[in-house]
Amino acid sequence: MKVNADRGVCIGAGMCVLTAPLVFDQDEDEGLVLLKVAEVPPEAEAAVARALTLCPSGAITRADQTR
Amino acid sequence: MTYPMSRQRTFDPPDELFDDPAPVQPLTFADGHQGWLVTGHAAGRAVLADPRFSTNPQRLHPLLMSRRLPEGEVPPGFFLRMDAPDHTHYRRLLTGQFTVRRMNLLRSRIEEIAADCLDDMEREGPPTDLVRSFALPIPSLVICELLGVPYEDREQFQRDSSQLLRLESSPEEMAAKVGDLIKYFYTLIARKRVEPENDMLTGLIAGGELNDDEIAGMGFLLLVAGHETTANMLGLGTFALLQNPDQLAIVRDDPSVIDNAVEELLRYLSIIHFGPTRTATEDVTIADTLIKAGDCVALSIPAANRDPARFPDPAVLDVRRPASGHLTFGHGIHQCLGQQLARIEMRVAYPALLKRLPSLRLAVPADEVPMRTDMSIYGVHSLRVAW
Repeated sequence: MKVNADRGVCIGAGMCVLTAPLVFDQDEDEGLVLLKVAEVPPEAEAAVARALTLCPSGAITRADQTR
Repeated sequence: MTYPMSRQRTFDPPDELFDDPAPVQPLTFADGHQGWLVTGHAAGRAVLADPRFSTNPQRLHPLLMSRRLPEGEVPPGFFLRMDAPDHTHYRRLLTGQFTVRRMNLLRSRIEEIAADCLDDMEREGPPTDLVRSFALPIPSLVICELLGVPYEDREQFQRDSSQLLRLESSPEEMAAKVGDLIKYFYTLIARKRVEPENDMLTGLIAGGELNDDEIAGMGFLLLVAGHETTANMLGLGTFALLQNPDQLAIVRDDPSVIDNAVEELLRYLSIIHFGPTRTATEDVTIADTLIKAGDCVALSIPAANRDPARFPDPAVLDVRRPASGHLTFGHGIHQCLGQQLARIEMRVAYPALLKRLPSLRLAVPADEVPMRTDMSIYGVHSLRVAW
């Protein structure tokens, strides 16, 4: 599973970091989404799936799907 | 349907919200505008995430006549009431200050503040008013320290901000209070230009991107949002736990449950019980209902959070249920900027209270607790407790 993170869309709510901290981070200056890994590790897949639905702005998406 | 609606039970939203299971229903606004009420969870998310809905007050119709907005523009910097891209511009200047990591770093300071409040409670009581001695001081002090607002000034700004949330305040009274709070921030900004400190206001001044009007508008928004919301969650949440002793015991005795318990209390209590509202800027179909350009839409967060299609047995407080996905912090680009702060405050405060005072109980009959039915944010006006 791969995900995309669009910092242009992100509003820095932090739901992804709260939900799947293995995969998502926020930068210190703007608090916008950063990806920590290129590929989602299997143990984080369930959390990432939850983060995808919780993201309020639609900034994170599955890489194999179009928005 | 039309507002106001009244509650039949303390913790439950008005029954009439659930009479019709349709997720989008006709609603008559206070000025006669025929708009819509969204009670479904999926429909609510769809509205809040859709850029074709505007939050600009110039386009909105009031839910209550007293809440019609005074003439004039949104105060500069008050980005809660702006659409993209203006909203994005202001919000981005603050998002770095409210990251999950930064908020978690506040844990030890919040623990300290909670412990001080509990010390004061033990000196004073029992009984004591939990709102005055615990629920309000914790978030109030935290947001003051973050922003750089002197806590000694709290009496005035707490009074001003509570006036703003009174549903019966007239538009003129509200405009006057907004003016007072903005004026207060001008004084603070002037002081911080001379004596910079390590706080958010100083940071916004030093950033050089904003003028004083904008900084004052943002400061006003953050101060009001920062203490009224968590304060009411702590007061009402404690009341709800006291009325559900099995749930209280779980929160008190099982530290692993607190993160989820906070989400469930946010879902179950839905303290934002009045609005938000949006206006369609073009025709939009939500849950098979055509919402025409110019139609105003009110969301019921309490109804959405109790949508049985999203949360089974929604009227039950169950601190172990999967409760994330509630709309208490909103959704879309306006989702609460301070939500990670609110979470850490609650994750610290509820366990601290229940651990220190395990025999906590109401000191008045439950039906005599004064509820905030008259305020735009629900909660308790006071909560007399003993232990």
